Amino acid sequence: MVGEGILKGMAETARNFFGSYFRKDRLTTVQYPEQRDPPIEAARSFPFLVYDGEDWQQGMRCVACQICEKECPPKCIFIEKSKDKKPDANGKPQFFPATFNIDISVCMSCQICVEVCPFDAIKMDVVTDLSSGDRFGGLLLDRQRLAKSDQYYNSIHPTEAAAVDARLAAERARQEAKAKAAAEAKSAADAKLAAVTQAQPEIGGPR
Amino acid sequence: MTHLALLAQQLDQIFVLAAHWLLSDLPAALQPLCSAILSVAAIIIVFATLFAITTWLERKGLGRMQNRYGPNRVGPFGLLQPIADGVKSLTKEDIVPITADHAVHFLAPVLLVAASFMGFAVLPIGRNMVLVNLNAGVLYFFAIGSMMELAVFMAGWSSRSKYSLLGAMRAIAQMISYEVPLVLASIVVIMQAGSLSTVSIVDLQASYTGIWPHWFVFTPWGFAGFILFMIAATAESNRSPFDLPEGESEIIAGYYTEYSGFKFALFFLGEYIGMFATSGMAITLFLGGWSAPFSFLTWVPSYVWFFAKLLAIISVFIWIRGTLPRLRMDQLMNLAWEFMLPMALFNLFTAGLWHFLAAGSLRWLVCSTMVVVPCILLSRGLKHKKKFQVRTYHYSQ
Repeated sequence: MVGEGILKGMAETARNFFGSYFRKDRLTTVQYPEQRDPPIEAARSFPFLVYDGEDWQQGMRCVACQICEKECPPKCIFIEKSKDKKPDANGKPQFFPATFNIDISVCMSCQICVEVCPFDAIKMDVVTDLSSGDRFGGLLLDRQRLAKSDQYYNSIHPTEAAAVDARLAAERARQEAKAKAAAEAKSAADAKLAAVTQAQPEIGGPR
Repeated sequence: MTHLALLAQQLDQIFVLAAHWLLSDLPAALQPLCSAILSVAAIIIVFATLFAITTWLERKGLGRMQNRYGPNRVGPFGLLQPIADGVKSLTKEDIVPITADHAVHFLAPVLLVAASFMGFAVLPIGRNMVLVNLNAGVLYFFAIGSMMELAVFMAGWSSRSKYSLLGAMRAIAQMISYEVPLVLASIVVIMQAGSLSTVSIVDLQASYTGIWPHWFVFTPWGFAGFILFMIAATAESNRSPFDLPEGESEIIAGYYTEYSGFKFALFFLGEYIGMFATSGMAITLFLGGWSAPFSFLTWVPSYVWFFAKLLAIISVFIWIRGTLPRLRMDQLMNLAWEFMLPMALFNLFTAGLWHFLAAGSLRWLVCSTMVVVPCILLSRGLKHKKKFQVRTYHYSQ
């Protein structure tokens, strides 16, 4: 008879209606500004700059090589390379970006800058509530607003960040080992040279 | 005991007495005019408030049916949401298409709201609480109701937009089709009551056998008539599942696509007020108007019963909207012409037979059969027509 399906449907909606008052698991809505779901690890919104240590200017991994600026398809990155070098987190003198701007109103979140960065200095963020009253200045992020700590990176993309950190640590260890080996070789050579010069003091003597 | 009865009676008539008291000092020549203005103002304020409450109730109810919270930001439980909506629609830019017929475009929402409010003139909201007791009240109500079609078509035509026009044409087809079963379903009550006056129709139902009231819905023909009336009323007020004229998924917003800001809000208001008016008519015709559902509850003021019944019907409307998807155009027309119209005609015979048979269980049996059997047969007919075939387009090949 006509109406059977209608009654079944009405029973179902009535069950939803009353059930939603008694079973909290039916209501999946998160009251957004007050409550937030934890960020999704695989999500990405806009790029940010990673720094090591406490001071963002000191620990900035970016060395202003400008590869990301050249590769960026919508050309939303603007970098000015520094004139002088400053020691980075490892104490090695490096160039640094005097200016690093990303216009997120232009950025298309393609992640190409992250792919091409040889220094693991730029990564994708997960924040989405970036709306601003100022549509020009508010959406043009400078290097201070872009700089976020390695701990933050570890908290939003734990798996990826762990891999990056391991790679960087391995690289650093390799560099150190190489430097140590070089230093040892140098000192050995020096010692040898010294021994040789001591043994044959008259070798470079006057003719 | 008599003291209590007197108090109940005074409470029942409190608005009537208040109006008399307010107007008693005016010169006699001015009294009818001022009385009418007072009643009209009261109707507009009360039903506009009910509209605000209904929008909140609807959003809350639909939300819960879809396992959401609904509005909960503005005020406690989102109760001030209608005010926020009002402020929003008042401050929005009022855009009129450059090619639109400006005068008609402006008049359409005004006419819609005016027409929908005019229906309340003949609805008895409580005992002695009716604006005018027309002796052709029901006829007046349906005549005014058909003015809404005019407003809808004015809106669709004057906007000069394809979506508006499509929506308006759908609305006209639908509203005219469902006007027929709407009126035919209410004729059974007129046959029984022998009057077109809404006041005497309600008075006839406001008596009791034991504790049970004499509402027309408690007879086979009245029940069938009520269901038919409510289906037709849903279609008349363009509500889901008959919301084809607005069909968001295919024609944006139908006939009010080109309206924005306050005019859009007026359309919204008009639709809801129209729904209240038709529901009020259903209450008057079938659910005993302002009369109490049991004889021992007659001490509750009559207007309370009217609004309780109105809210109950509104809740059912919301419930249906939360449940049923939109019909297709052919399903809509089939339902109107192949099910509702024959059912309404059969119902006329049933009501006539009921009138001439002697009261008793035989009358109940015969009339119930006369309602149920055509219903089953007609619904079978609807089902068996479902034959799908490959469509051929003669002009595109």
